[in-house]
Parts: sequence; structure tokens; C-alpha cells
Amino acid sequence: MAVAAPPKTPAKKNRRAIVTPEGVRLPVALADRGERLAAVLIDLLIITGAFVALVLVLFGLITLIARQEFSSYWGSLSVALTMVAGFLLRSFYFLVFELRWQGQTPGKKVLGLRVVDRHGGPLRPEALFARNLMREIELFMPISLIFQISRLGIDGWMALLALVWTGIFVCLPLFNRDRMRAGDFIAGTWVVTTPKHVLEADLTASAAGGGPARPLTAGQPEAASTGATPPEGRTRFSHAQLDVYGIYELQMLEELLRKNRPDSAQAMAAVCERICKKIGWPGGPPADTRAFLEDYYAALRAHLESRMLFGDRRASKHDAPGKK
Amino acid sequence: MSTPADNNNGGLKSFVFRREREAAWRQFESLLGKIERRGLHTLDQDELIRLPNLYRSTLSSLSVARGISLDRSLVRYLENLATRGYFSVYGARAKTSSLIADFFVNRLPAAVRGAVIPMLLSLLIFTFAAAVGFGFTMANEDWYHAFMSESSAQGRTPDTSTEDLRAGLFSDEDEKQLLDIFAAHLFSNNAGVGMLCFAVGIFFGIPTVLILMTNGAMLGAFAALYADRGLSVELWGWLLIHGTTELLAVVLCGGAGLMLGGALAFPGRHTRLENLARAGRQAAVIVIGCVGMFFVAGLLEGFGRQEINTTWVRYLIAGAMLVFWLGYFALSGGNRHGRRRAS
Repeated sequence: MAVAAPPKTPAKKNRRAIVTPEGVRLPVALADRGERLAAVLIDLLIITGAFVALVLVLFGLITLIARQEFSSYWGSLSVALTMVAGFLLRSFYFLVFELRWQGQTPGKKVLGLRVVDRHGGPLRPEALFARNLMREIELFMPISLIFQISRLGIDGWMALLALVWTGIFVCLPLFNRDRMRAGDFIAGTWVVTTPKHVLEADLTASAAGGGPARPLTAGQPEAASTGATPPEGRTRFSHAQLDVYGIYELQMLEELLRKNRPDSAQAMAAVCERICKKIGWPGGPPADTRAFLEDYYAALRAHLESRMLFGDRRASKHDAPGKK
Repeated sequence: MSTPADNNNGGLKSFVFRREREAAWRQFESLLGKIERRGLHTLDQDELIRLPNLYRSTLSSLSVARGISLDRSLVRYLENLATRGYFSVYGARAKTSSLIADFFVNRLPAAVRGAVIPMLLSLLIFTFAAAVGFGFTMANEDWYHAFMSESSAQGRTPDTSTEDLRAGLFSDEDEKQLLDIFAAHLFSNNAGVGMLCFAVGIFFGIPTVLILMTNGAMLGAFAALYADRGLSVELWGWLLIHGTTELLAVVLCGGAGLMLGGALAFPGRHTRLENLARAGRQAAVIVIGCVGMFFVAGLLEGFGRQEINTTWVRYLIAGAMLVFWLGYFALSGGNRHGRRRAS
């Protein structure tokens, strides 16, 4: 028997799995480093904007209140309040948003990113405390150091040294597979993307014949809408003709039928020809390739699914049919 | 077994399964869309009750689909729906008021009680450095400048006259206003140092120890300067009115930093990564709590110290605050093992 492993789609480097508290394994995709950078830049922009707005309002108010007797008291009061406001903004902006928006900040929301517990447990507040306390040395210290380096002298060299030191931390996400920054390490968190999938119509429903009415999928792109009217009733296939392929081939066929690309007509014709040859279809490839492929898909899926119910999961054509 | 040739998709189990469950999935999907767009708090009572039910039924749908369906698009859709559901159901819940109450009543004291050893270690380092600073400066006043940075000294050096030093400990009317303002940002300064003390702990705790030692030595040198002039009693009243709170918070933040370094250096039962995450989360609770303590200290320093100029009252407040904090950390939450109760 052929031992060759079934060909697989190349395992993507960003795929991870978490196990929910209910014990179900769910796939997640780690966020791209570039996306995370973009998210943090958006957040920094918002922080800066909020800070400037706050300062303007504060100084405006104080000027109004102290119109008559503007003294050094009011001056230093505004400076002190500005410092406190700046501190609160930069220390708690990320934390408060992640607490309130379930692991998202405005920047993360725009990019569709989210903080999750690495093991799939609930995202606990203390994890958010931990990952955001680290930002001081990962984000704000390097930023202020960059400004110091532009000054000359010993201060500048010390700053450069410190920059290299914190730079190790800034670059940490580049050096581990899970793209974790120091804050993620001490919080046990990942940052993942949250794409949305739409539910596509069942391909077996789009073939005509004895199939039930299509399920309620109004507004969904329907795979069959391009094809010619399928023949009355389905094309029938024998056991032998369905034993040729396994799950992998079935799902490749599914992908082909679902994709609506300009060259899919040729691709389908080619696949149809290959299948016909392989299963020994009498009379060569049929005229309506799409309808034929859909019928073959439906029949193959029914065949493989019923085998599956009997505990025989045939991964690909390389697995012997009917083996236990 | 049905012959494949007989099949039409009406008999396909995965198709029937989808037809029967799809309405619930769609309902869950629209609920999730609402949460993702406008937040969990916009859900009404009815939707909040349905959320976990729909989540669980989607998880069970997913498990069934993985077992019986070969429609990859369907399985992917359900995985995605379940993952989004997991985010919404198990994302940090922000009932802000109850979160804060629970934090201060249970989590914070439990975290401190669970980390007695690093806290004592931090206290030891701090007092040791203070003793060194004190001893050296008493022996030779020139050491003062070695321990004390110019900005922290604020003109209080061995060259300052005893009268001026004494005057600095008690405020007169003129400077009151300015000092209030100064105290406002002392809070943010101190809290910033406290948070830094924790964050740099990830370098095996070494920078944390350095921060603790410089601060301790500074305190010791400062105390020596006043002790030399026979002003010890007045100085400690001036320092401790907010100092019992502030120094305790410094020690706690230092301990939190040491926890990080310790977890990295000595992983113990778990893997290094896992241990770091556990210690990090526990220590972070302590540090966030310390931000609150620094705020209290800032109030005491900014207002209490300016308004109260009697030394024994200052000691009274200092002692009361110390008893309060120790009692709070030792007793609040009622359970000596907060973690066990949390589960």
C-alpha cells in the first residue's frame, strides 16, 4: 500500500489552537507583526490626540478662571495637571480599553486583532494588567529615549545604550514563533486576528434532482448560479467509481466548485477530464462539466460520510478503501 | 448500508443536520455581530441569557459537524463562529464597579498574601540599603552626595543650616499652595517608578534590586543628614505621614519585580514560560494595587503634610496607616488562600 502521506495544504505558521473551558479545540490565527505595529501606531495617535485636546481644554479653562489674577500658581497648577493627565493616559489607555472591549483597543479593533488567553481560558483582568504594565519599558521608554538621543553629549550616549537595551525588548516579537512581546510573556496571552467567515451554500443543495429546497441562505453567493440547468435527477455513480478518492480530493473539489475565478472553467474542464479517466466514465467527459462535478461531489461526499459513520475515515486516495 | 447510487442529498446526514441547526447559527451570528460592533453592554437582558446558550449549542454543532460532515466550508464557518463566541463569552468582563470591588476586597490582598517571600526579600533589600546609606553618611557627610541625586536633595545638603532644614519640615502659609500642586504630580512620578520597578524585573530582577537600593540608600542618607542635627524625630514625622503608605508600596512593587525575575530564573514545577505568566499575572495585581496606594500617599503628602504641622499627630497618622495596610493585606477577603476560593 502506498505510504505516501496525503498532500496537505502547507501548514501556515500562524495557526494555533486553543482549548475552550468546554474542552473544544478551536483554531486561532496569530496576528501579523505588521498589523500589530499598525494597531499600536493608531493607538499612539489617539493617545497623542487626546493629550493635546486635554491640554488645550485645561489651559483654556484655567485661563478663563484665572483671567484677573494669573499667577505662577495657575501656571504650575496647569503643568502639574498636565503631567498627571499624561501619566494616566499613557498608563491606562490600553488597559481600560482592553478591559472594557474584551481584549481590544481602538487600534486593535480597526485591524481586527484581539488579546486572548494562550490556553483558551477566560481572559482575566490580571492578564491585561500584566501585559499593559510592561508597555512602559517596551513602548514608552524607547520612544522617549529616541528623543533624548537627538541631543548630544554623554546623555545621548547613555540614552543610546539604554535604547539598545530596551531595543531587545521591542524586537522580542520578532524572535519567537508566537510573536509574543514581553507583556504577552508575563500575561500568558496571544494576540490573534478575528476574521469572519460567511456560511456558504451547501454544494449538494445546488444540484437539482431529489435534493430538498435550498436552506435559507438569502444573499449568499451561490455556487450553482453560473451553471446551466442541471439535468433532471442526478448522475449516478457506482461504488467502484466513488472508491477512487478520499476526503482530501473531495475537499479540493469543493474548493474548485466554490471559487469563482476567471480561469475556473478551464480548471473544471481539466479536473473533470481527469476524474472521468480515473473512474472510467463511459463516453468520455460530459458536456456540462459543472453539473457533472457537482453531482460527483454530492455522491462522493455522501459515500465518504456514510463510510465515516462506520468509523472509516479515508483521508485521501492513498488510503486503501474500506480499511479499518 | 444505503448504496451510494441511491443517494440524493435529502438523505445526506450532514445536509439534514445543517438544515435543522442553521437558524440557531444565524441567530448567534447576528448576536455576535452586534457585540462586535457595539459592545457587550448593549445587549438586553434576553440577549444576555441567550448568548451562552447559543454559544454552547454552536460548540456542540461544531463537534457534530467535525464528526459527520465533510463540507469543509461548513466546518470552517462553525469553527469561526465558535471562536468568535468564545471571545465574547470569555473575554474580560467589564462590570466596572464589581470588578473594582472584587479587586480590592479579594484579589489584591490574596495576591500579596501569596507572595510573602518576595515581599520580605524586597523589604530586606530596601532596609539594608537604607542602613548602608545612613551608616556611611553618619560616618562621613561627603557620602551624602554619593547617595543623593541633586534633584532629589532640593537644596537640602550638609551645607544647609539646621534652621533651614527644620523649617523645611514644617510648612508656612506662603508655600502651601505651591506644595499642593507639587504633590499632585508626585503621585504620577511615584506610581511611574513603582510600575517601572515591576516591569524591569523581567531582567532577572536585577534592575529592580538596583532601584530598591538607590531609593533605600537615598532615604538612609537623608535621614542621616537630619539625625546629625538632632532632627530625627521631626524628620521621621515628616517622612512617615505618607511614607508608611508610600514606602510600603515601593517595597510591594519591588517584590513584584522580584517575582518576575524569580519566575524566570527558577521555574519550579511548571515550564519557564508558564511560570512566568503565573507570576506575572499575580505580581501585576499587586502593582495595580500599588498605584492606588501611591494615590493615597500623594494625598497624604500633598494635603495631610501641609495641613498637619504637629509631629505627634503625624506619627499618629503614620502608625494608623501602617496598621490599616497590614491589617487589610492580612485579613481582607477573609480566606487565606484566595485562589482556592476563586475556582
